[in-house]
Amino acid sequence: MSQRETGVSKLLARLAKITSAISLGLMPTAALAQNGQPEPGAIGLQESVTPIMDATIAFHDGLLMWIITLITIFVTALLIWVMVRYNKRANPTPSKFTHNTLIEIVWTVVPIIILIVIAVPSFGVLSDQMTIPDGERKYLGSNIFSRDAGEVIPEPELTVRVTGHQWYWDYEYPDLNGAFYSSYMLSKEEIAEQKPGQPYLLAVDNELVVPVDTTVRVEVTAGDVLHAFAMPAFGNKTDAVPGRLNETWFHVRKEGLYYGQCSELCGKDHAFMPIAVRVVSKEEFAAWAEIMKAEDDVEAANGTLASL
Amino acid sequence: MANATAAQNSHDAHDHPTGWKRYVYSTNHKDIGTMYLIFAIIAGIIGGALSGFMRWELAEPGIQIFPGLASMVYGHEWQSAVALDAGKHMYNVFTTAHGLIMVFFVVMPALIGGYSNWFVPLMIGAPDMAFPRMNNISFWLLPPAFILLLMSMFFEGPPGGMGTGGGWTIYPPLSTSGQPGPAMDFAILSLHVAGASSILGAINFITTIFNMRAPGMTLHKMPLFAWSILVTAFLLLLSLPVLAGAITMLLTDRNFGTTFFEPSGGGDPILFQHLFWFFGHPEVYIMILPGFGIVSHIVSTFSRKPVFGYLAMVYAMVAIGFVGFIVWAHHMYTTGISLDTQRYFVFATMVIAVPTGVKIFSWIATMWGGSIEFRTPMLWAIGFIFLFTVGGVTGVVLANAGADRSLHDTYYVVAHFHYVLSLGAVFAIFAAWYYWYPKMFGYMYNETLGQLHFWVMFIGVNLIFFPQHFLGLNGMPRRYIDYPEAFALWNMVSSIGYLIMALGLVFFFASIIESLMKKRKAADNPWGEGATTLEWTLPSPPPFHQFETLPKVK
Repeated sequence: MSQRETGVSKLLARLAKITSAISLGLMPTAALAQNGQPEPGAIGLQESVTPIMDATIAFHDGLLMWIITLITIFVTALLIWVMVRYNKRANPTPSKFTHNTLIEIVWTVVPIIILIVIAVPSFGVLSDQMTIPDGERKYLGSNIFSRDAGEVIPEPELTVRVTGHQWYWDYEYPDLNGAFYSSYMLSKEEIAEQKPGQPYLLAVDNELVVPVDTTVRVEVTAGDVLHAFAMPAFGNKTDAVPGRLNETWFHVRKEGLYYGQCSELCGKDHAFMPIAVRVVSKEEFAAWAEIMKAEDDVEAANGTLASL
Repeated sequence: MANATAAQNSHDAHDHPTGWKRYVYSTNHKDIGTMYLIFAIIAGIIGGALSGFMRWELAEPGIQIFPGLASMVYGHEWQSAVALDAGKHMYNVFTTAHGLIMVFFVVMPALIGGYSNWFVPLMIGAPDMAFPRMNNISFWLLPPAFILLLMSMFFEGPPGGMGTGGGWTIYPPLSTSGQPGPAMDFAILSLHVAGASSILGAINFITTIFNMRAPGMTLHKMPLFAWSILVTAFLLLLSLPVLAGAITMLLTDRNFGTTFFEPSGGGDPILFQHLFWFFGHPEVYIMILPGFGIVSHIVSTFSRKPVFGYLAMVYAMVAIGFVGFIVWAHHMYTTGISLDTQRYFVFATMVIAVPTGVKIFSWIATMWGGSIEFRTPMLWAIGFIFLFTVGGVTGVVLANAGADRSLHDTYYVVAHFHYVLSLGAVFAIFAAWYYWYPKMFGYMYNETLGQLHFWVMFIGVNLIFFPQHFLGLNGMPRRYIDYPEAFALWNMVSSIGYLIMALGLVFFFASIIESLMKKRKAADNPWGEGATTLEWTLPSPPPFHQFETLPKVK
């Protein structure tokens, strides 16, 4: 029995992998996407750099997209069929039937089965998102049907506290003697001057700096009204609520600069408080952290980082 | 029933009011229904124009029109920093007003006030609504509510900005400490008055449907539109008081020093979201259920075939109405609610897909084997089924908290709810308009103009909203006045779609004007044997008082 079950889950896992590969092929813009920011003309999710976003993509592109596309095609085909076959010219005399118990049972039961097929990985993906790694639990990653194939993610080694304000973000590192700085969006002129080539409305003066291959615990809160800390490439979105400390986490596997945007209406400059996360090597982060710990001087610390 | 007949006889004794008194003092369900429809059209023009400014602004990256608009409306110095800030806030005011107007002053008045007032009594064989004077006040509360909302745009909201820009969800603290000016108080009062109007209307419909059905019309023989309104009225009756309570608490938080939603006083902003969505989720079914009823009648009429699975259709609506009350926190997956809470709401939300699927398939089964005539109402109804399916399946995606984490508060959500509302509910409104136009006004509409209206609008709305799925998937947050370059392409396509949709509306107004000029007399039943409900047994338009002798239903 148990052998058969693992057989089924293996098959499903393989199917999900194949379908997500196909759907990536269908979405060339997503496949070619530069990490961490939206791509011109893209029609899909941003490329993943965390196990959580891996699971989200496998779930959405590999399962949900197929199901909803097939359902829509099926309903459209039925509509076209009845319009062609049962229009006034093709079928001048209407039949009068109003019941068919079998078909009614079928169209109640089949959707339930489809929903169960969705629900199984859905609950898995959700549980992963909401559970801070303890160094033992396995996370699904791309194998959304099989936790056995998943990877263990280490315990958090770093905590950052993120506070949303009208209209900027504060970053605090309790582990680094409470080092603290604010992050503001750069104007077009400032980008040209300080960070040429970075995208307007996403580029900020001081990014949130975290090490690669490290589990980061994030505590999100707000100082005035609601905001939301959202990082599409990490598969993360957490509301910043005054008076609450919402806990989330990410584990980024690739160095680089990743962008997100405030995702809860917060007033006139809601569109002008982006989030930028700079993921650096562990060595670079250690040097950066040293300065932050000793001097709490973000400009000096950022000076140690390789230029982008 | 005897009472209703007696009341009818006494009515014959007095004169038919004429002139302005006929409308202002009206207790006639058909006149009140017409007023609701005219009101919805006027509010629709305003609400639609607001979204036109938004799509104009969003056609290209950068801030284009709103600072100039703010300068023109509020007299700020042209191209100053003050005008820029006022313009940014004005954009939020427009999104807020667009949402509130479309929900409370367009879709609900059209479907519930307009068509239900007109056709629930006709369909169940009643002479009028149960409480005609209450019906009058239900309608006449709406214009003051609407005026209050429009007035809010000319009072200070946050410092330096006019109007309330907190979104239709008016989440605190942005709607309390975030916007201390009186604009928000106007909006709250507007919602109170509009809510009172709807609650009174709901009481009227429930009483009418339970007590004034023609002899022989048992609940299980009642037309599906009347059923849809019965379910809708219960949703209104149970959900609106919760909104009223929530916004009253908001009002006292703002003005009288309470701290229901203020953490520094022990309150919780998330509490407001629970209360709001306990109303807000049933509210979306309030907007779509009457459309379900309308589409059932139209599909059956033009397929010349009775509705497939009548009882399943009825109880699917009852089930949707019931489950609609226990799924509210799926709007709140990212607020920090616990894993178990999210699991429950994922499960409950997905359950709704089952009765909704029953409805979609039953409509198709009604057409199956039929003899379908593609008149304008039928085109809108088939369009509704297709668009509602698209909006429905993206709803299944969003129901999964795991996927919603990436999509929440992005354009994917905007696309989803416009597919079910702007394309679902609004298509049902237009379907009903063409279906009942001959009955309500006594004239036939022009078939060519009606069909042009459908096709142009069908293409337009799809062009507006389908690309917004792409924007959302790629991460574009909603309620943004400006966006990174990468989102330019699909925003441009979406804005072009708006222009096409606006062109479609030209055909709508042209068809009204044409029919009123040509005055082609409509038959009692212009749709033939497929139209079996009681309204088609009456002349077009029906007499001022109908069913003075109650019809008998076999």
